Amino acid sequence: MSNNVNNVWVFGQISNGTPTTFTLELLTKARSLSTNVVAFVAGDGAAAAAELGRYGATKVYATGDLAGRMVGTAVASAMKSAIDGGETPDIVLFPQNYEGRDVMSRLSVKIDRSVLTNNVDVAVTGDGVSATTPIFGGNVLVTTAFSGSAPYLVSFRPKSFAAEPSGGAAAAVTTVSVPDAGATGTARVTAVHLEETSGPKLDEANVVVAGGRGLGESTNFALVEELAKLLNGAPGASRAIVDAGWVPYSYQVGQTGKVVKPSVYIAAGISGATQHMVGMKGSKNIIAINKDKEAPIFGVADLGIVGDVHKVLPKLIEALKGRK
Amino acid sequence: MDTMKIVVCVKQIPDPASPGAMDPASNTLKRDGKLILDDSDAYGVEMALQLVAAAGGGEVSIVSMAPNGETAGMRTALAMGAAKGVLISDPALAGSDALTTAKILAAAIAKAGLPDLVIAATESTDGYTGTVPEQLAEVLGLPSVTFAKKVKVDGSSLKVDRQSEGGYDEVECPLPALISVTAGVVEPRYPSFKGIMDAKKKEIVTWTAADLGVTPVGWAGSGQKIVSVAKAEERKAGQVVEDDGEAFNKIVSFLENLKVI
Repeated sequence: MSNNVNNVWVFGQISNGTPTTFTLELLTKARSLSTNVVAFVAGDGAAAAAELGRYGATKVYATGDLAGRMVGTAVASAMKSAIDGGETPDIVLFPQNYEGRDVMSRLSVKIDRSVLTNNVDVAVTGDGVSATTPIFGGNVLVTTAFSGSAPYLVSFRPKSFAAEPSGGAAAAVTTVSVPDAGATGTARVTAVHLEETSGPKLDEANVVVAGGRGLGESTNFALVEELAKLLNGAPGASRAIVDAGWVPYSYQVGQTGKVVKPSVYIAAGISGATQHMVGMKGSKNIIAINKDKEAPIFGVADLGIVGDVHKVLPKLIEALKGRK
Repeated sequence: MDTMKIVVCVKQIPDPASPGAMDPASNTLKRDGKLILDDSDAYGVEMALQLVAAAGGGEVSIVSMAPNGETAGMRTALAMGAAKGVLISDPALAGSDALTTAKILAAAIAKAGLPDLVIAATESTDGYTGTVPEQLAEVLGLPSVTFAKKVKVDGSSLKVDRQSEGGYDEVECPLPALISVTAGVVEPRYPSFKGIMDAKKKEIVTWTAADLGVTPVGWAGSGQKIVSVAKAEERKAGQVVEDDGEAFNKIVSFLENLKVI
């Protein structure tokens, strides 16, 4: 631990009164950097204070109900106001997701600080604070150091750190003020829609079966769904078929979608574009089925089947059904 | 609205189909070859053209920033139907971080005259920092809705379906505003032959960082410095077999060995 990092903030997210797994991952990392860890959350922090404390938060700063205001503008304004009021975070950790990006971007302009995004690690050395991001499909790791002065704003890919409880006590909750953001604060959320999902969540499932353009047409995605169900897994998709409208965005695995690390990842009709590989290369075991034997996906597969998904998947499904 | 003025931020990037490379001198992505319009930006251009058509009039213009004078990617957007473009081209911009990029784009948009709506992609395909749109909104003092997957103009407001972790949110946002649009939000049109010919005559104004009065820029203004580039531990390829009609059995045994079934 370095002397120059005294305070670390984590932008934390709470869903139904419980901190998200992503938040707990970032808290676990934060407490390795400093003994003073603030979870800065949108909404009411009271219900989550025990769990946030158990993973390393020593304090919770909560905005209270945002009444439809956009999280990005509101939380960034609250953070700026706390900093103006004398708070001195050295590093602020953000999840690389919709709200995390919004808050980080707005704050970076408000305090005129650079951002480092898409990281898988952060380190404090004698030279300062640096973060590491994978590029070229994860084949190359680039480490970048901040120049200039704190606070340093860093965002992380999901599952960069394993969430481990520290056994800390419930964190004390302070309600922070959310200043009027003027014109920038005029957008309002008027309704929230949650997609119904059954079975395990894509980024938590033990088995993921993902389909790509090699499926040929959208109706063939049913094969992927059926196989996923038989293996008690979650269906996923490449960006190509999400863009084509076959399945919702929430199915997308990759750089701009979900990062998954299941025990088994089955890629059906996916060639393995960089965009996709960064989202699934951390899987423990990878099975790929693709017609093109030159497809990059075979370079990372433990078992590669050069064949037609329309022939292999139905037979595999039949064989698995026969075992039940 | 009777007419709408929309500015779309577009990025010209090396062809993603060719393998990326690093410049060993600067440790940054090589961007010196032929540049094309980032696919992600075609959605924003199309969205802008559709919103202007729905409003019954107005104009779509584009703004882009490049360390060189490249305009090939911008011409693609003009061929789709954008009316004119601004290119901020200056060797001094090389090495600019996302925050500086946002300041430069904001200054160019303000100099050209603030539109009703600014549209950007959620992130670029080559650098994917993913913060420029929201930073740009903050510099311009605009409200924003990122990750828009459906957009409608209703009077002087936008109605947007915004992607969320668990589904989507409906958001109302008064104009002027900024949105970032997801890939697949609309189906980008292919430029027609006439569009391609017309695009050659459309105006692209070129400004330098000094024209915009933004300092410092490039390496000097960047709040970060790359300290190392290392090869990651590679995942090794395993067994690859041709399907002889029975290859599904290999998958069954593989899953059995892992005790998944």
